[in-house]
Amino acid sequence: MTVVECSSYQSTVVGVGDTAVDLDVPVCIQVAWHLQSHGAAFGTFPWAGKSKEAEIKRINKELANIRSKFKGDKALDGYSKKKYVCKLLFIFLLGHDIDFGHMEAVNLLSSNRYTEKQIGYLFISVLVNSNSELIRLINNAIKNDLASRNPTFMGLALHCIANVGSREMAEAFAGEIPKILVAGDTMDSVKQSAALCLLRLYRTSPDLVPMGDWTSRVVHLLNDQHLGVVTAATSLITTLAQKNPEEFKTSVSLAVSRLSRIVTSASTDLQDYTYYFVPAPWLSVKLLRLLQCYPPPEDPAVRGRLTECLETILNKAQEPPKSKKVQHSNAKNAVLFEAISLIIHHDSEPNLLVRACNQLGQFLQHRETNLRYLALESMCTLASSEFSHEAVKTHIDTVINALKTERDVSVRQRAADLLYAMCDRSNAQQIVAEMLSYLETADYSIREEIVLKVAILAEKYAVDYTWYVDTILNLIRIAGDYVSEEVWYRVIQIVINRDDVQGYAAKTVFEALQAPACHENLVKVGGYILGEFGNLVAGDPRSSPLIQFNLLHSKFHLCSVPTRALLLSTYIKFVNLFPEVKATIQDVLRSDSQLRNADVELQQRAVEYLRLSSIASTDILATVLEEMPPFPERESSILAKLKKKKGPSTVTDLEETKRERNVDVNGGPEPAPASASAVSTPSPSADLLGLGAAPPAPAGPPPSGGGLLVDVFSDSASAVAPLAPGSEDNFARFVCKNNGVLFENQLLQIGLKSEFRQNLGRMFIFYGNKTSTQFLNFTPTLICSDALQSNLNLQTKPVDPTVDGGAQVQQVVNIECVSDFTEAPVLNIQFRYGGTFQNVSVKLPITLNKFFQPTEMASQDFFQRWKQLSSPQQEVQNIFKAKHPMDTEITKAKIIGFGSALLEEVDPNPANFVGAGIIHTKTTQIGCLLRLEPNLQAQMYRLTLRTSKETVSQRLCELLSEQF
Amino acid sequence: MVTGARPRWGRAEGVPLHMAEIRFILIQNRAGKTRLAKWYMQFDDDEKQKLIEEVHAVVTVRDAKHTNFVEFRNFKIIYRRYAGLYFCICVDVNDNNLAYLEAIHNFVEVLNEYFHNVCELDLVFNFYKVYTVVDEMFLAGEIRETSQTKVLKQLLMLQSLE
Repeated sequence: MTVVECSSYQSTVVGVGDTAVDLDVPVCIQVAWHLQSHGAAFGTFPWAGKSKEAEIKRINKELANIRSKFKGDKALDGYSKKKYVCKLLFIFLLGHDIDFGHMEAVNLLSSNRYTEKQIGYLFISVLVNSNSELIRLINNAIKNDLASRNPTFMGLALHCIANVGSREMAEAFAGEIPKILVAGDTMDSVKQSAALCLLRLYRTSPDLVPMGDWTSRVVHLLNDQHLGVVTAATSLITTLAQKNPEEFKTSVSLAVSRLSRIVTSASTDLQDYTYYFVPAPWLSVKLLRLLQCYPPPEDPAVRGRLTECLETILNKAQEPPKSKKVQHSNAKNAVLFEAISLIIHHDSEPNLLVRACNQLGQFLQHRETNLRYLALESMCTLASSEFSHEAVKTHIDTVINALKTERDVSVRQRAADLLYAMCDRSNAQQIVAEMLSYLETADYSIREEIVLKVAILAEKYAVDYTWYVDTILNLIRIAGDYVSEEVWYRVIQIVINRDDVQGYAAKTVFEALQAPACHENLVKVGGYILGEFGNLVAGDPRSSPLIQFNLLHSKFHLCSVPTRALLLSTYIKFVNLFPEVKATIQDVLRSDSQLRNADVELQQRAVEYLRLSSIASTDILATVLEEMPPFPERESSILAKLKKKKGPSTVTDLEETKRERNVDVNGGPEPAPASASAVSTPSPSADLLGLGAAPPAPAGPPPSGGGLLVDVFSDSASAVAPLAPGSEDNFARFVCKNNGVLFENQLLQIGLKSEFRQNLGRMFIFYGNKTSTQFLNFTPTLICSDALQSNLNLQTKPVDPTVDGGAQVQQVVNIECVSDFTEAPVLNIQFRYGGTFQNVSVKLPITLNKFFQPTEMASQDFFQRWKQLSSPQQEVQNIFKAKHPMDTEITKAKIIGFGSALLEEVDPNPANFVGAGIIHTKTTQIGCLLRLEPNLQAQMYRLTLRTSKETVSQRLCELLSEQF
Repeated sequence: MVTGARPRWGRAEGVPLHMAEIRFILIQNRAGKTRLAKWYMQFDDDEKQKLIEEVHAVVTVRDAKHTNFVEFRNFKIIYRRYAGLYFCICVDVNDNNLAYLEAIHNFVEVLNEYFHNVCELDLVFNFYKVYTVVDEMFLAGEIRETSQTKVLKQLLMLQSLE
């Protein structure tokens, strides 16, 4: 791939004057030469002979010299200033700290010479941080350059903003740049820079970039004659469209027609933009990515045209190459892979999906490693589409072969991913077997992941649980060190829950334990299973109780403390299962090595178990040491672990930084997830009997050490996002109705259905995953303030932490109104989507009026009660402007929806509305009367609420006022 | 917990969240000396140094039979080696590998043309020009201009102002 010769070290410095500074030579060469001629050594330069100390000495001398020039009495001319600032930059880039020269650099910005300005801006971009005091001066200089109408200067200024991208700069220029971008007389190159500069500001400070008239003009840049402008604008539009899909909808048809023109052009049409015979490959990729922000176009014409484009791209892949150069095939395939991504994203054209799959199938055997890698990766997403799943499966042999023979571990890993993705009931046995055999030689870096995958597939597709048990025991045998707690906890959980496999499991672990050297994880699983189900194989003289015990105990001394603690629990279980070995076990427990063990946990268990076995009657023993009750069914925690692994488990500083500017659904801060290494797994006391540190009752509850019961991988912190924009509006819409969509963004839709009777209610919350990707660690939480908590009782169960792409999960909230309340609970939803953490908060529309029971009454009754509730605290009144058209029927519907009865012919003025009802709370019932007087002329309403309780009047009035 | 049928919107509206964006560009020699570092995210100096070292460590152990892509933290590095120099671009995992691979090559061809057979020391001594080339071709973490003719024309125009 070497196209560049790197041989001529000398040529660069040839012709540079000896020691004197030659004005005709570029300044930096002078710098370098100057330093060099004094014998400084720069790191690994070929001529560098001197020590690091010598370099530092030389540089310090140089710095002192520059400092004195800057401080000198004589004002420096622009040229000298530039020269010294440039030297400082050079020294900085060599890795030395620079703590002066900023002011001189800022001064250069106002120079009229390009070179001086350029060095000034470069220094600022590289060295000035955003909170510098100089920012005002810098911004001023930028402002002048932006206004200069000199395209070169404007370009420098825009690049500086794009490079620094600070909030201060966004504040200063976010309004100005859109104008430059869409102005008719702006030069093309300036437009390019302005588009990307705006993009940078939008990423750092989206709140400061207001959408406006310019947006529609920006979309039309997709039609621009200059392909460079289109290239830059497409990036901007793509980012904006992700956040504001409606506003940029028109970009779809423009992008399709632009793309169509490119893919159908002859290879010479685009001249400058043809790269190795491929027309505008980068722009094509960007346009295809823009289209991935949207569903398939609705307009049949646009859709047809896009399908044609995609077909053309697929056809071109079959044509003979126009060049043998790798650049040609790379550029062509870059477009092809992006087209395939779009096809997968749309997931609506079976024909295209299958063609894409066939194309990728060809790449699977390509001689270029890059292509094989990308084909495996791309096919992985294709496997999840119902249209192409079968087509992907036909490549199983090739993929298995890749797993065995690829040289690059990352390619093998993609192969393992793909096998996992294409696995279903029909091929699970084959795939699991291949993965197991790969595990024997797999790289250490990916073993744990393969173990998790095998464990999941074995469980998911087990028709026959004996196969499952065999598989997991094999896993432990082959890669015991990589079998995490989740995996062996899970096998125990499954065995306990399925009595058809218990006997087989006991027999198998017993046999596996016969191996002279078995992994400690096997001892754990074996110990646990024999402790529970050893009796099922005790009838066979080859596995009599005593033999079982001796076998386990022969491993005891080689095991770690947690495993030994587990084995002690197995022993006490044996005492119950097999009275004949009781004496033997008591001897073991009584030995000094147990009773006086240095480990507190072991000692305590020995003491307690010994005591228990001696004093408890058989009945008590049988009760206390009964078989474990089945575990509640829940999602495999292995799955959670795998997702965690594949997801952002390796939380790094890079991710931290990314998070800052990254898209939370509604801008909420991401809580710091526990990093992979710091994940707090439950203490490995292997306290499977639930004995823990709470002596002495070893009864009943499921294992407290069983990580299965705790989602140990959930993010530790849980900062709650601020309310989603529009949350208040949506909330108000639910005051008078019970069903509908509460929240929706590009990823997630939340729907509600609720019913209320008296002081009780039930709300069904539907979470819909709008994407094709799983949501992980999906955790909705209801948050009530302390005040609210005492007045409103909410009960709910956690939902499944994974929400498959396109799936919907439901959560039921049982509601009890204890006393009247004002606030609303907040529903906070946190989950992982792709690599990002999402955090959404919405107000949950559980409002006081939901507990209304309508009361019908006659006019006379109404006004009698009205008068009874006449003390000032009981009445609340609000006069407000109509927000909606004043329609009588709608108003009636709203009052009924609000929950009160609508009383006709009660008010002497037929234009007025009156209502009555009772608010039910657990503690009390509150009668409520309301009167709404519209004033059509003034477009105003007067709303009066009278209830026996001031806070109720107040709250109902607030709620209802928002409705009209 | 009930997992319902597909909701009515289908899966088509799913939006990949982060789109093309370069996190940084590094040019390093085999010994690990940085010849260009262009950052498109905020990093502090220690973090930059750490990244530089990590990238060097993951890239230099690979050979020609390997892909030009390496997973790197939660991102990926697309890299290409030219003689003793590694050109590395760090992007999001769902970005288009080949497009960036060729973007590197396109960039190198421009450098080669501009410096008439570019060599490592051109990058060292003309660092300020290299930054200009980068800004012409990549800006705000995006590909700005891909036409070699246009970039070179602009560079020559700027050179004439010196």
